[in-house]
Amino acid sequence: MSDAIIQRTLAEQVRDLETGTYSSRELTEAYLGQINSRKSLNAFITVTGERAVEAAITADKRRATGEKSPLLGIPIAHKDIFCEYGVRTSAGSRMLDNFVSPYDATVVARLRDAGAISLGKTNMDEFAMGSSNESSFYGPVCNPWDTARVPGGSSGGSAVAVAAGLCSAATGTDTGGSIRQPASFCGITGLKPTYGRVSRWGMIAFASSLDQAGPMARSAEDCALLLTQMAGEDRRDSTSSAVSTEDYGASLDGSLKGLAIGICREFMDGLDSHVAGILEDCRKNLVDLGAEFKDVSLPNSHLAIPAYYIIAPAECSANLARYDGVRFGYRCESPENLEDLYQRSRSEGFGAEVKNRIMVGAFALSTGYYDAYYRKAQQIRRLIKQDFERAFSEVDMILGPTTPGSAFRIGEKVDDPKGLYLQDIYTAPANLAGLPALSMPAGFSESMPIGAQLIGNYFDEAKVLKVAHRYQQITDWHRQAPDIPGTVQ
Amino acid sequence: MEVTEEVVQHIAELAQLKVAASDLESLSAGMRNILELAGQMQSVNTEGVVPVSNPLDATQRLRTDEVTETDQHQLYQSMAPETEAGLYLVPRVVE
Repeated sequence: MSDAIIQRTLAEQVRDLETGTYSSRELTEAYLGQINSRKSLNAFITVTGERAVEAAITADKRRATGEKSPLLGIPIAHKDIFCEYGVRTSAGSRMLDNFVSPYDATVVARLRDAGAISLGKTNMDEFAMGSSNESSFYGPVCNPWDTARVPGGSSGGSAVAVAAGLCSAATGTDTGGSIRQPASFCGITGLKPTYGRVSRWGMIAFASSLDQAGPMARSAEDCALLLTQMAGEDRRDSTSSAVSTEDYGASLDGSLKGLAIGICREFMDGLDSHVAGILEDCRKNLVDLGAEFKDVSLPNSHLAIPAYYIIAPAECSANLARYDGVRFGYRCESPENLEDLYQRSRSEGFGAEVKNRIMVGAFALSTGYYDAYYRKAQQIRRLIKQDFERAFSEVDMILGPTTPGSAFRIGEKVDDPKGLYLQDIYTAPANLAGLPALSMPAGFSESMPIGAQLIGNYFDEAKVLKVAHRYQQITDWHRQAPDIPGTVQ
Repeated sequence: MEVTEEVVQHIAELAQLKVAASDLESLSAGMRNILELAGQMQSVNTEGVVPVSNPLDATQRLRTDEVTETDQHQLYQSMAPETEAGLYLVPRVVE
C-alpha cells in the first residue's frame, strides 16, 4: 500500500483523499517512513514528523466534516530557506543553525492555508549559493538515481525528496537555476515563475532582484496546483506583482495548435550530443501536439554567467550584511570588542563559497569598481532582456536545454569552480530577464535524467505549464522513478 | 584587475570578514575565478544602455504610512545571543 501511495502524483493524491482511498494520516506516515528509511540521501535538514502527523489527523477530521481546501491533507516539504514558525530555518548554514523562526514565510502560510502539511525542511546549498548541494553546512545530498552523484542545487534536497518518493511536491527557490537544474538532474518537474509572481516575504534573501520561489513536483499538473496556491500579490513584499493570478490547473488541457516555440541558436551551438538528441525528440513530440517551431537568437546569452556572477554576489553582499552576531544567528565565543564580534561571527558562521561571493560582491560595489563591474553587469542584463523581448515578438516560448549535461559526481567539480558556475549557463538568462521557466524530464543520458527547459514570456506560467502538461500526457519520462527496476533507459 | 593580498584584505575589512593568513591565497583565487568570468563583459559596448535594477522595470511602490504590525520584540529577541532589559548586548563600545 505505502509503496503505491508515495508514488502517486500530487494531483492523484488530491483525488485519492477526496474519494477516501486512503487518509491524510496514512499518506503522511507513509512519507515519514520513507524519509526515515532513506536518511542516507541527506535530503532533509529537519523533519517535523510529530507536527505533520498532528496536522494530518486534523486534516482528516476537517475533511470528515465536509470541508474542502485545494490541498487539504497533502504532505509537502519546504526548502530550508522558507521561514516556518517554530521550526529551525537554517538556509543550509552554520550561521542559522540555531535560528528557530518566529514567523511564517508567505509561501509557507499560503500552502498551509490551502490545507498542505509540512513534513519538514529540505537540504540546500548554503544560502542557496551553489549548483551541487555540496556547500551545505549539513553535508552533501545524494542523487537517488546514483548516490555517488550530486542532485544539483541549490534546491537539491527538495528535488531529491520528490524524486526519491519522500513527498510528492516541495518548494524551491531559483536565483540562477536553483529549481530547474536540480529538477533536471533528479528527473522531476520544476518551475521558476516570473519575478514577483510569488512573494519573497520570509524567504531568506540571497539576490533580491533575481530570487523567486516556485514548485518542484513529479508533473507539470502538480506544479500548477501548487503555484495556484503560492502565487499572488503580498503587501509584505513590495516587489510582488499585482498582475492577477490564475487557476493554473484549469487551463492545462487543449491543443497546442498555432503555438510558436523558438529554438535558440546560441543554446544549441556546442551542446552535448546526448542533450541535443533528447531536445530533438522533445521537439518532435511537441510538433505532434500541434506546436510550430522556428529559430530565434539570443545573441547576448553567453554574457549571462559573467553578469550573473557580479549581480548575484553584489546583492548577496548587501543581504548578508544583516548576519552580525547581534540579533540572531551565530555569535563567536568571547569577542574582544564589537569589531571582533562582527568579524569572527561572520567568518566562523559562513562557509567558504558564501564568503567568496560576499567578497566578490563587496569588491564589485566598492569605490572605483562599481561602474566597471556592477553597472556594467546591469547594462548587460538589459541587453539580455531585450534579446528575449525580440524573441517573444516572434514566438510564444523557447525550448532549450536546462543543463549542459547530466548530474556529475560528488566532489568532481570541487576543484573546478568555473565549471560549477557554468552549470547555470542555460538557466541564468531567465533569472536576469525575470522570465518564467520550467524544467521537465525529457530523457536519460548514461542512465541519469536530463531535463528540457521551456522559457515563457512574462506571466505566461499557464502557457508554459500547459505545454509541459501536454508533453507529459504523451511521454512518461516524468513517471520514471529511481527505485523502480527496469525503468532506466 | 589584479587581486592582490592587499586588495583581499581591504575588501575583507569592508565586508566585516576576518581572513586568516592561511586563507588569503584560496580566497584570492576564488575571487579571481569569478572576476575572470566577469571580465568577458568588458569587451561589450554598453554605452547608453540603461542598467536593469528590477527585471520588470517596476519602481518602488508606496504605501500609506500606517501601523500594520504589532510589537513583538520579546518574541524576536528570544533568539538573540544576549539581551538585557529589551536591549541587544554587545561588547562595550564606549569606555
